[in-house]
Amino acid sequence: MWNSNTVLIILKKDNQPEGTIILAVTDTQIEYLEDMATHIREDVIIMLEKAGSGHSAGSLGTADIFSTLYFHIMKHDPKNPDWEDRDKFVLSNAHICPVLYATLAEAGYYPKKEITTLRKLGSRLQGHPHRGALPGLEASGGPLAQGISIAAGLAMSARIDEKRNRIFCMVGDGEMNEGQIWEALLFIGKNRLHNFTLIVDRNNIQIDGFTEDVMPLEPLKDKLTSFGFHVIEVDGHNIRTLIEAFDETIFEKPKVLLAHTIPGKGVDFMEFKPEWHGKPPNKEEAEKALSELEQLRSLGGKITCEHE
Amino acid sequence: MSKSLNKKFHLAENIFDSPDQVPARNGYGEGVVEAGKADDNVVVLCCDLTESTRNADFKEAFPNRFIEIGIAEQNMAGIGAGLAFAGKVPFISSYATFNPGRNWDQIRVSICYSMANVKIMGAHAGISVGPDGATHQAMEDIAITRCLPNLTVIVPTDYWETKKAAIAIAKIDSPVYMRFGREKIPVITTEKTPFQIGRADTFRNGKDVTVVACGSLVYEALVAAEKLSKSGIDVRVINCHTIKPIDEKTIIKAANETGAIVTAEEHQVHGGLGNAVAEVVAKNSPVPMEYVAMMDRFGESGEPNELMQKFGLDSKGIVSAIEKVLKRK
Repeated sequence: MWNSNTVLIILKKDNQPEGTIILAVTDTQIEYLEDMATHIREDVIIMLEKAGSGHSAGSLGTADIFSTLYFHIMKHDPKNPDWEDRDKFVLSNAHICPVLYATLAEAGYYPKKEITTLRKLGSRLQGHPHRGALPGLEASGGPLAQGISIAAGLAMSARIDEKRNRIFCMVGDGEMNEGQIWEALLFIGKNRLHNFTLIVDRNNIQIDGFTEDVMPLEPLKDKLTSFGFHVIEVDGHNIRTLIEAFDETIFEKPKVLLAHTIPGKGVDFMEFKPEWHGKPPNKEEAEKALSELEQLRSLGGKITCEHE
Repeated sequence: MSKSLNKKFHLAENIFDSPDQVPARNGYGEGVVEAGKADDNVVVLCCDLTESTRNADFKEAFPNRFIEIGIAEQNMAGIGAGLAFAGKVPFISSYATFNPGRNWDQIRVSICYSMANVKIMGAHAGISVGPDGATHQAMEDIAITRCLPNLTVIVPTDYWETKKAAIAIAKIDSPVYMRFGREKIPVITTEKTPFQIGRADTFRNGKDVTVVACGSLVYEALVAAEKLSKSGIDVRVINCHTIKPIDEKTIIKAANETGAIVTAEEHQVHGGLGNAVAEVVAKNSPVPMEYVAMMDRFGESGEPNELMQKFGLDSKGIVSAIEKVLKRK
């Protein structure tokens, strides 16, 4: 499964790396990751229906990114979650934690049967993540923008200790209304934390409507670039281009994947519907969603981007 | 030296005879350098206030472990949490109005809920910051930290105690809030005075009434006790430097043995040391209580001593509170 990849390093005249490494992946790997994304989506539907509350759209919309990160990009060991040299992922838009919980279960951080305890009394799967409650959670979260600063602290610590691990952090686009995001971006840019990769879940929707109506973010790429980041715009559902973007190594600069995603992706009746931001499917809707996802899988796990 | 002073605390010889005057923040500055020498994981984060929060010595001694955050207290709290998760012992510092005032939500979730081993340093606390006025006078910080689970809250009484506390808190693996003021205040303890987190220290023995004080008000309480001893009133004085977890045993003993309590603090009456003591007293040994504190109003500009006098946060205010509580005994 894990074939060795082709590595291409572009060198400058003095043999110093120019900055780009492209790692080729096989079709089999891509198919595996697409299939895993579908599993994650199914878990999300099952856990949200059982929980009776929670955030559906963002969880489904980012499943491809989670599959790519946890099953291809990140160095981590579910059997040894406290491994010192692991790569770390912080979910700043922590209300979409069902997708993180589903991913951690699929990766083997905890028994998968536990996913149905989400939001229930005594569960390790709290409504919003509680660091220490469940193996694999690098931070607590919920109040928006807190995660990016925590991730910056993790990256700074790795810098001080001269460690080579990478720190990944996801923020939602609506979350970028928070001032703390920009405080953190200033800090990460100033310190050129090149071990830091930010993923912006650019799904264009927040609770009160479209992000550009509620509080416009554009030109977002220009803003992020001006803060000292290398910005890569990427289709958040195309695993091959996601891998290329994650693997593109930028020296001396932090990186942003501006990932364009469709909220509710994979379940037709949820896609791009703001009302699915903060609600779970009922039993009937869950069955419909699961049968759609099963169909996807029987089509070879391919999630196309026809809605874009 | 008064005979009533408890000898085991080795208080300053010149305590009632023009004691030395040193800002408590200097104790923090020296203490955090000591903590840094003892543990490579100690790091300091600062919000554009390196000199006034007394972090300059640490910055010079450990330039690679000093992190300038700029004017961004919320980001500082989060970065502190991240550093703590990776094994560092971060001291995050700014003025108490901003840290823990402005970044309370981050302290609550990123730090306390997550048990991040972060030390929150609230400098320029209290009304004694003076001319800057009410906006910069942190008088609510004990209330907003004391209510947070997992957080230890410490208000040291002088230079030496602040230094010892800075060293001691670096050694415990849990979040801590510590507040200290800007102004020079009497140095009432000595290098030999023992300090233990969570233990209230009975600096002066007495049987008629107890003053439980913190910060610079401990000195004022001792002065008030000396004054009253001349009229035959025997005042016990407790230095309650750890507001949380509070030393219930020492407070209950004082309530039982003296039958009346006055609390004294440079903080709002609601939510501070006074309330913390009242919670213990009401539950275990109800006795009459009076509060020396800011009476539910904002401060104003003025010289520190003028303000302390105006709002009764001095030995005179403590004497009248004692007289009042004794009438209710």
